[in-house]
Amino acid sequence: MALRSLLSKRTLGLGFGQVRGLVTFSLPDLPYDYSALEPAISGEIMQLHHQKHHQTYVTNYNKALEQLDDAMAKGDAPTVVKLQSAIKFNGGGHINHSIFWKNLIPIHEGGGEPPKSSLGWAIDMHFGSFEALLQKMNAEGAALQGSGWVWLGLDKELKRLVVETTANQDPLVTKGASLVPLLGIDVWEHAYYLQYKNVRPDYLNNIWKVINWKYASELYEKESP
Amino acid sequence: MHAAAAPLSCQPPKSSFPHWRKSQPRKCSQKAHHASITARFELKPPPYPLNALEPHMSRQTLEYHWGRHHRSYVENLNRQVTGTELDGMPLEDVIVASYNKGDLLPAFNNAAQIWNHDFFWQSMKPDGGGQPSGDLLKLIERDFGSYGSFLTNFKSAAATQFGSGWAWLVYKANKLDVGNAVNPYPSEDDNKLVVVKSPNAVNPLVWDYSPLLTVDVWEHAYFIDYQNQRANYVSIFMEKLVSWEVVSSRLEMAKARAEERAREDERKRREEEEEEFGDPEMAEMYLDNETDESEFE
Ligand SMILES: [Fe+2]
Ligand SMILES: [Fe+2]
Repeated sequence: MALRSLLSKRTLGLGFGQVRGLVTFSLPDLPYDYSALEPAISGEIMQLHHQKHHQTYVTNYNKALEQLDDAMAKGDAPTVVKLQSAIKFNGGGHINHSIFWKNLIPIHEGGGEPPKSSLGWAIDMHFGSFEALLQKMNAEGAALQGSGWVWLGLDKELKRLVVETTANQDPLVTKGASLVPLLGIDVWEHAYYLQYKNVRPDYLNNIWKVINWKYASELYEKESP
Repeated sequence: MHAAAAPLSCQPPKSSFPHWRKSQPRKCSQKAHHASITARFELKPPPYPLNALEPHMSRQTLEYHWGRHHRSYVENLNRQVTGTELDGMPLEDVIVASYNKGDLLPAFNNAAQIWNHDFFWQSMKPDGGGQPSGDLLKLIERDFGSYGSFLTNFKSAAATQFGSGWAWLVYKANKLDVGNAVNPYPSEDDNKLVVVKSPNAVNPLVWDYSPLLTVDVWEHAYFIDYQNQRANYVSIFMEKLVSWEVVSSRLEMAKARAEERAREDERKRREEEEEEFGDPEMAEMYLDNETDESEFE
C-alpha cells in the first residue's frame, strides 16, 4: 500500500486532480550523438540500445505501473504480487540505463581520463590503483554468467568503494540499501554483440576509453558525507 | 540419451599404451580416435546447412551462434575438465555433477551450454513449425487443455525469463526432489508434460526431467535477426522452425525411459525382498552382468 500512496501523492503533487493519476517515465535523451563513442562503441549499437532496448524498458515499466495501479484500486492482491517481477525488471532496466548513458562520454570530451581529486584517491586506497580497479571490474564483468551489470559503487554506510555485479536488470541497490552506483557497465549481449560478438572481454577493455570519470567523481563528492 | 555430445564409445588411448591402435581391434572410428586425444567433447554441427533456416534464422546468426558461441563452450569445457575429477565423464554426468546442488562449479556453464545448444539445433528444421500430432498432441491436450494454451504457456515462459536463459517443454517423470536440486514441480502428479524456464545455462537435466523442446532466449540467439523483439522470435520459432517429429521421438524416448525406470525400481524392490531369503543364484547373476558389461567398455 505504500507504493499506492506514493503514487497518489506524487501525482497530486504534480497537480493532477484524479486520485488514480499515473506517474509515467520517459526515455532520457543522450548527451552525445549515437556515433560519438566510436570506435569503442558503434553508433548502431548505441542507437538500438537507446531507442529499442531502453525505450522498451520504459514502455513496459509504465505499462506495469498502470496495471499495478489498476490492481491496487481493485484490491486485486494476486495481480499486485504477480506484477512485481515485471516492475523490478523493467524499472531496473530504466534506472540502470539512465545511469549508464551518463557514465559514457566521447574521448574528445574527456572520455577515459582517470579521475583526479577525491574519487581518484579513494580508488587508490581501496583497490591499490586505478588500473587494479579496471582489472577487477573487467574480470568480474567477464565472469558474470548471462546478462547483468558490473558496478563501481559507494557504500555510504561503510564509507567505502565496492565493485559488485548484479544479474539481469537488478539495480545496484538490490545488493545493499546503502549502495550508490557511481559507474555501471552493461554486460548484456545487446550492449556489445553487433561489434564484439561473443568476446565480452574486448568490449570491457575498450569501454574504458569512453568512461566519464568526471561524472562519477562529482557524484562521489556529492554522496560522500 | 538425447542429443548429448556422447562420450566416446571406445577407451581413449592412454599415453601408457603407445601401441594401442595397432594392438586393438578397430572398434572406434578414426574420427573418434583423434577426438579422444585433442578434445573430449566435440562441436557437433546442426543437422542442416547454416543457411537452411532462412529467412527465420539467418545464416549469420548461425555462423556466430554455432560457430562462435557453441564452439567456445566446447573449447572452454575441454580446457576446464582436463585433469579434474570430471575428466572422462559423459557430458550429462558433468552437467549434473558440476551443478553441485545449485552451487555451480566452473564447468557447469560450458557443459550445460554444449548440451543445450546441441539440443536446440536438433529442435529445429527447415520448413518446421505447424502443429504436433499423434501421442504428443494427445499429451499436450491432456496436460495443457489445448495446443493453443500450451503455446501461450511456452511463449510466456520464454518472455518472462528476464535475462538470458531457455524455455522448455519437458516430460516430467519424477515426483520429489532429486538429491541434486529442488524439483520446481514436486508433486505426485507424475508422467506429464510441463513447461519450465531456466536462467543462463541451467537445463532440466538437473531436475531429472526429460527435455523435449527448447528455445534459446539468450540475446545472441535473436539479436541479429530480431533485435530486441524476443516475442516475435519465439513466435516464429514455434510457427516456422520447430521440428515436431524430433519432439515426438524425444517423447517416445522419455516415456520408454520412465517405463524402464519404473521396471528397474520394481526389480530392485523385488531383489531386496529376495535377498532377505539369501538366494545364491542372485549373486551369480550379478557377477555375470558385470562380466558382460566390461566387454563393451
Ligand atoms: Fe542494456
Ligand atoms: Fe545460445
